[in-house]
Amino acid sequence: MENLLNIFIKSIFVENMVFAFFLGMCSYLAVSKTVKTSIGLGIAVVFVLLITVPVNFLIEKFILKKGALIWLGQGFADVDLSFLTFIVFIATIAAMVQLVEMIIEKFSPALYNSLGIFLPLIAVNCAILGASLFMQEREYANIAEATVFGIGSGIGWLLAIVGIAAIREKLQYSNVPDPLKGLGITFILTGLMAIAFMGFMGIKI
Amino acid sequence: MNNQEKEPLFSAKNFNLLTAPLNKNNPITIQVLGICSALAVTVKLKPALVMALSVTIVIAVSNVVVAALRQYIPDRIRIIVQLVVIATLVILVDQILKAYAFDVSKQLSVFVGLIITNCIIMGRLEAFAMANKPWQSFLDGVGNGAGYGIILIIVAFLRELLGSGTIYGYPVIEKLGLYSIGYENNGMMILPPMALIVVGLIIWAQRGRDKSLIENK
Repeated sequence: MENLLNIFIKSIFVENMVFAFFLGMCSYLAVSKTVKTSIGLGIAVVFVLLITVPVNFLIEKFILKKGALIWLGQGFADVDLSFLTFIVFIATIAAMVQLVEMIIEKFSPALYNSLGIFLPLIAVNCAILGASLFMQEREYANIAEATVFGIGSGIGWLLAIVGIAAIREKLQYSNVPDPLKGLGITFILTGLMAIAFMGFMGIKI
Repeated sequence: MNNQEKEPLFSAKNFNLLTAPLNKNNPITIQVLGICSALAVTVKLKPALVMALSVTIVIAVSNVVVAALRQYIPDRIRIIVQLVVIATLVILVDQILKAYAFDVSKQLSVFVGLIITNCIIMGRLEAFAMANKPWQSFLDGVGNGAGYGIILIIVAFLRELLGSGTIYGYPVIEKLGLYSIGYENNGMMILPPMALIVVGLIIWAQRGRDKSLIENK
């Protein structure tokens, strides 16, 4: 339990997707103009990560890893499919996003209307694939750890995008030098936020 | 589109495809694409160069493939088709890196895989390759890859020089003897936040020089 909590806190603050690894920057910069839309996108990211990371964990464990296919019989003990990782992960993500979109549309039209346009975009959000690849690289022991890591990364991303959106809304009243307006100042602000987040480094529970 | 048939290979228009992304239409600073991977690999010049090269190859080849197939790809499933093309190329690049440049491949870690979701590639496929001929798409791919590479190399050069005091692993500062007169490396430059700030400053410099690029809000 302590271990899970540790992964959770670590993935939100210390190893924040945006501030430590720059993942999901494209949508982070493009959609962070207002707080409302950025909350929508952030929730969609949490949702998709919550589903794709454990699914990819299972795929990695039972299909892709060296010797993972042993449940098919002894003859498969040497099969190593790990070179297929990228293509399988991205296919899973694209399929899951589509599935999630359909399920939400069926059961919760209100949520669908608020997330709608963001869901297809998420398939190509690097934070999603990045989380799956980090999950693989760090070799989490079981599905609970992988799931907690997925949720934590999502919440970290949500936190980052809502934070920058709030700052950008207030920024309209500031006097920014012309060439820095828009993109430039957003980069520098993100850098400053990242420096603040570095204060969390080394936290352990 | 048929009147382009007799165009010479390097007409002014085609040449523009190659050079526009270097400055006026730079994928990172103007189109805001592909930032995710651009920042994480710029601590040292070597991984930055390898990354720039890999992305250029993937983007150019996938542009050609998709442009060649563009009339046969059904509109509804084009994203999946594009992802498959990109993912296949990225797997090839990854395997080649693992075979011939293992140390760099370790340094880049997940960021080789993340070329798949690099928005430059998807963006160019959607915006350009789906509507243009293979040769133009190839030039567009190389141009955008180079535009991405230039920013990567500038950022990596500054971060490596100021942060570690080396250029491409060569200890410049030490050879110049600056340490003996009290110069210290700026450890801040190695940390992630400075990549963002350096890119912000590059954008500032670029837009300061060329006022037409300034965003009007």
